[in-house]
Amino acid sequence: MMGLAKVFGILLVLVILAALLTWVERRLLGLWQDRYGPNRVGPAGLLQVVADMIKILFKEDWVPPFSDRLGFILAPAIVMASLLVAFAAIPITPDIDIWPMNGIGLLFILAMISLSVYSTVLGGWASNNKYSLVGALRAVAQMLSYEVFLGLSLLGVVLQAQSFDLRQIVAAQAGLWFVVPQFLGFVVFMTAGIAAIHRLPFDLPEAESELTAGFHTEYSSMKFGIFFIGEYVGIVLVSAMLATLFFGGWLGPVLPPLLWFLTKTGAFIAFFILLRAALPRPRYDQLMAFGWKLLLPLALLNLMVTAAILLAT
Amino acid sequence: MYSLLRTIWLIFLHLFHRRVTVEYPERKAYLAPRWRGRIILSRDPDGEERCVACYLCAVACPVDCIFLQKGELVGGRWYPQQFRINFSRCIFCGYCEEACPTYAIQLTPDFEMSEYDRHNLVYEKEDLLISGVGKYPGYSFYRVAGLAIPGKDKGQAENEEPPFDPKRLLP
Ligand code: SF4
Ligand code: SF4
Repeated sequence: MMGLAKVFGILLVLVILAALLTWVERRLLGLWQDRYGPNRVGPAGLLQVVADMIKILFKEDWVPPFSDRLGFILAPAIVMASLLVAFAAIPITPDIDIWPMNGIGLLFILAMISLSVYSTVLGGWASNNKYSLVGALRAVAQMLSYEVFLGLSLLGVVLQAQSFDLRQIVAAQAGLWFVVPQFLGFVVFMTAGIAAIHRLPFDLPEAESELTAGFHTEYSSMKFGIFFIGEYVGIVLVSAMLATLFFGGWLGPVLPPLLWFLTKTGAFIAFFILLRAALPRPRYDQLMAFGWKLLLPLALLNLMVTAAILLAT
Repeated sequence: MYSLLRTIWLIFLHLFHRRVTVEYPERKAYLAPRWRGRIILSRDPDGEERCVACYLCAVACPVDCIFLQKGELVGGRWYPQQFRINFSRCIFCGYCEEACPTYAIQLTPDFEMSEYDRHNLVYEKEDLLISGVGKYPGYSFYRVAGLAIPGKDKGQAENEEPPFDPKRLLP
């Protein structure tokens, strides 16, 4: 019973949080671009989320006749499901998490992030539309290559904590947060994480200015809404992972663990939005070159140096 | 790499900048007197309609949104029986004002004319015609033009010489 309450509690909070993030993002972007953002509906524009929800629910839910129906409908479900399920393994505080996964939580999350690429590919492929297809192709190449360093950059952390269990990883950071000894790993993981959830500046699968909306060009109504919320769940997920793996998760003085976790995650979310406000989108070949020629060697170097130091001591 | 970090930092500093947004319905922006907004038809200082129904504005209009119909008063003054501007088409270019020889048609600094129904954007003559002189207070077309109207014969306009008598021999 307690477990069920936790599952639905975390699920509900997460989805509501992801919806609220649309408002947070627009307000923060406004702040950084010297304007207001939505501030009319409700106090400080907070009800904008509700208004958008109502609007999106009443739009026509159109499945294009030229599309592949099954894949088209399945795609948004996959991204939402895989990213939400990944949250099951994240320890929010010592006693709030859904399922510690018997010590393989990290692998599970990585696997789920990998699964979410299917939604992009299916969505782009099933839409039967040139823009979508180009978006999906980009998504495949981008995710496949960035997944490599997404995993590699975390191996340093795993080596130092001697475990794939997220709780033990957090516990191992009691003395020193891993961001200090694993700084390279942190940078690589953050970059790869942004690319894996195709957030700006690595949003090449969507790339409004070139591909209209990339893989979800054909989507409307709540299906589009699910893609949208899925993206925000992805942001929360990567922020939570960054906080857990490199910034000591719930550890911190004075304040209760839950608050520490939320603060750290929130800071990363805000940082991602800042990145969106500040950085332009790279060209596609730049993205690939950046990944394979810079991030991969960095991740390998980080791994080898960590391993060497651990062996020597 | 350095430039990327610098960009991020500079954008972050915008947190402490003033916002440039003017919150419109509560605070209005300043509109210049020559702002090209809602179109009016003005009257001359005597209170007569300035428009002489010459159709120049309708011809000049690049989107063909002006419709008018000429009428004639006793004594030879022309006036528009109908004058219709379709503001859902108007692009507020001001060409009509440029073309008008009598300063009748003028654009004003007002843009708050949104409607829920497109048809309400078609303004008829009674919506356009105002009782004042608009931007050119002293100007009256018939006082400077050579046309004879009741109360003003040939040669009586401002700066106009008496009409030439072709039957005279002197130059
Ligand atoms: S402002 Fe331009 S578009 Fe509008 S009525 Fe005059 S000429 Fe036509
Ligand atoms: S150009 Fe002026 S005088 Fe001629 S029809 Fe138009 S408004 Fe009337």
